[in-house]
Amino acid sequence: MPEVILLVFALAILVCSLLMRSKGLLGALALTAVVLASLFLPRVNTTHASLFFNMLTDDAFSTFFKVICLFITGVIILISMGYKTLQSGHIGEYYFLLLSATIAMLLAVSSNNLIMIYISLEMLSLASYILVGFFKHDDLSSEGALKYFIFGALSTGIMLYGISLIYGVFGTMDLSAIANTLKTAPTNALISSVLLLFILAGLSFKCALVPFHMWAPDAYQGAPTSISAFISVGPKAVGFAVLLRIFTRNFLPLYADCVTIIMLVSVFTMTIGNIIAISQTNIKRMLAYSSIAQAGYILIGFVVGTASGTEGALYYIFAYTLMNLGAFGCIVLISNSIRSDNIEDYAGLSKKDPVSAFMLAVFLLSLAGIPPLAGFFGKFMVFAAAIGSKFIFLAVAGALNSVIAVYYYVKVIKYMYLDEPKATEMKKKPAPLQIALIIIMIGVLIAGIYPSPFLNWIRLSQVFFLQ
Amino acid sequence: MSFPILTCIVFAPLAGSMLILFTPKKNVNLIKVIATLATAAALCLSVLLLIKFNYSSPAMQFEEKAAWIPSINAWYHLGADGISVGLIFLTTLLSFLACIGSSGIKIRQKEYFFLYLLLSTGMLGTFTGLDMVLFYMFWEIVLVPMYFLIGIWGGQRKEYAAIKFFIYTLAGSVFMLLGILALYFTSTPHTFDILELTKTGGALTLSVQILIFIAFYLGFAVKVPVFPFHTWLPDAHVEAPTPISVLLAGVLLKMGGYGFFRISFPILKDAAHYFILPFAILGMINIIYGALVAMAQTDFKKMVAYSSVSHMGFVMLGLASMTATGFNGALLEMFNHGIITAGMFFLVGVLYDRAHTRELDKFGGLGVKMPVYAGMLSVFALASLGLPGLSGFISEFMSLLGTYPTFKLITIISSLGLIITAGYFLYMLQRILLGPVNEKWSAISDINKRELLTLIPLLIIVVIIGIYPLSALKYQIAAISALVQNLGGIAF
Repeated sequence: MPEVILLVFALAILVCSLLMRSKGLLGALALTAVVLASLFLPRVNTTHASLFFNMLTDDAFSTFFKVICLFITGVIILISMGYKTLQSGHIGEYYFLLLSATIAMLLAVSSNNLIMIYISLEMLSLASYILVGFFKHDDLSSEGALKYFIFGALSTGIMLYGISLIYGVFGTMDLSAIANTLKTAPTNALISSVLLLFILAGLSFKCALVPFHMWAPDAYQGAPTSISAFISVGPKAVGFAVLLRIFTRNFLPLYADCVTIIMLVSVFTMTIGNIIAISQTNIKRMLAYSSIAQAGYILIGFVVGTASGTEGALYYIFAYTLMNLGAFGCIVLISNSIRSDNIEDYAGLSKKDPVSAFMLAVFLLSLAGIPPLAGFFGKFMVFAAAIGSKFIFLAVAGALNSVIAVYYYVKVIKYMYLDEPKATEMKKKPAPLQIALIIIMIGVLIAGIYPSPFLNWIRLSQVFFLQ
Repeated sequence: MSFPILTCIVFAPLAGSMLILFTPKKNVNLIKVIATLATAAALCLSVLLLIKFNYSSPAMQFEEKAAWIPSINAWYHLGADGISVGLIFLTTLLSFLACIGSSGIKIRQKEYFFLYLLLSTGMLGTFTGLDMVLFYMFWEIVLVPMYFLIGIWGGQRKEYAAIKFFIYTLAGSVFMLLGILALYFTSTPHTFDILELTKTGGALTLSVQILIFIAFYLGFAVKVPVFPFHTWLPDAHVEAPTPISVLLAGVLLKMGGYGFFRISFPILKDAAHYFILPFAILGMINIIYGALVAMAQTDFKKMVAYSSVSHMGFVMLGLASMTATGFNGALLEMFNHGIITAGMFFLVGVLYDRAHTRELDKFGGLGVKMPVYAGMLSVFALASLGLPGLSGFISEFMSLLGTYPTFKLITIISSLGLIITAGYFLYMLQRILLGPVNEKWSAISDINKRELLTLIPLLIIVVIIGIYPLSALKYQIAAISALVQNLGGIAF
């Protein structure tokens, strides 16, 4: 149902953008679509229904991710409405593509069939490619889009090959059917790990895991900042949702064979992301590497694979969504005035624009994992899961990485608070975006200080893993 | 339910900082009044705490417990016993005095006092939190305000000092976090409660205990700081503004020692016994090395900073003793060092405010120009070098006395540190106060009333404890005997 609403509104926006002269209302229309769609989401449910010949499933787990996806799109629309560079004649297409991507995300998180997963991920990718290259006349934007496209085409190709092999082995693409076969008949370890690695390759691209991360910095830097924000959280959340559904839920017997490889992917993702982030001078590029590293932490929970590991990963995704959206939102606010994404140009921002500087500082500290913010509790949960299941190496690697990461997050804060400002006039800030950011910031604080309600929600959402 | 005194102490400064957030930036006087009142409220409550504290009981008192994150069995659990009550008082006292001493802050006062009060809450929470998650949160909350306080209001190399402090302490504490998680998962039922873990932690095998002990050690040793993790300290102390140096030396360093007393030793008993020799050796290195480096300094503040490294060595040494006397000495040394060094840093600040230099060689003959200042400086320097009759002597003597039966040679070498300490403090007094008057400072004014006001309470405490040590020891003796008994140490 939410998907249908989004589709209707997406088409309506496309038509309206041709008919209407003032484009200001299109954003509001898109926002209405998201709000309406989220009203139609089912309450947290413990049963799960199958639709369309078990292509889609409607369970608490997919609802959790649908909430996250709709929240992301809502915030992205608010960011887009407050993003000056974006306001052009093509804004109608922009919102259309954004809503299409959202539909794809909603489908992907509830898919229960490999081919359905593939199709919805492709739909998401196609919309994202165009959105990244939305600044047609900007070379960086086109370059980012092209890189994103080439890497995307390659990795989905690998994934499709993996899916075809799975079909060859099991004779079906239905996840539940495969799971049932696996329960009774064990498969060859070599075959299963090859299969899973093919799938993992495709999803690694979506989540920007090493070694499929190369596109991320260029795409983030070139894309409109609102879209950088979107691809840093949206496809990533979807990628992890699908990973968790395929591996932890359905292919668990196979999973043990490739846990070492995924563990190494996690460690390399964290370390490479963090180390390269240190030397960045453009804040969007820095956040690109930071979000690569963050995916590595989420992967810790996934590697552990137990109920508490999944819980940690889900909590981390939730916290990451909040803080990364917040950070990008602040960057949009700030870039409206200073017209730059260079970290050096943030010098003295705390004096010129104390509210934005404070919010950005909170989001960055949360990404760094400083208590009492949401990011800390996310790290706490995944480290706890790792230690609880004796993945000591992984926990130590994660801990060391969070120390490295502090350096570059705090570097931005240093420029904002410790350095003297250069003279630039601050422009008036768009109120809706600012209010949204303040709400997100309060969310980040609450999720760090009193995480119980969120933990309960997550525990309900992953209840089907325990069956 | 009785009056939640600890919650009030911990969150009084936070309430103040929230008020300051909504005060206009221009209204500096109001901001100062709010900050002073908030710290004064915490101080009054902690005096009340001392009065109501039953020091004949080793048990946890004033406990408050409420559900916080039930799904991981984490509680909002506060409490005070003989080990923490003195440190709580020390923190509130120094917070209050350093707040009065913050009038030298001339820029961005609103941010300063906001962060200052946040820092104060973090420190108090660390000394009262009895749930590991809560403890860790407060422990880490201290870092961020401290980074800003050094980085914005510090000296010339403030940015370097601030980030160095941040990274060092964080690197230590993430390992502590892993240690906390390891304790959680090795306990049955899984718990973060420090008191529960104290009862059950001894059941772990030695190798597991050693691993967890090392994880915690990394967190605490950076804070103490124990050689070779001490290199952040001189940078941070020298660059920080005076009131922040006072809190750094007076309170922050004690968080590490407190961690040993509250977590490492009582919970991981076997590992503690296993590690006493390294503790003693490291304590000795801290004492001798810190003192020697302090002697070589030409910067007044840096000298005091290294003297902290040296003095914290006595805490390590006392901990290594496994005797009641040594533990009492170590704990009292933390309190005494907090008071004395706070005084020293205030005095450094007084001189720096007037002369804008801290180079010891550039002074001379100030004893004539600033008689009251000279008197104060002499008393605090003598207290710091361990003159009998002043507080520093008692605790250092007890540390050495307690350690002697176990580690004779180490104790003997360590006591040589007292001589070096006397050497550099007297050399400092000579260079500043004695000799011919340097003409450059002929117009220098003596210490003023506000500065005296911050020093006199400290002076009174130094003298009282020096003459009648039981006035401070009585609070901790019962708790320390229980700890020693629990550890199977010598009740001597």
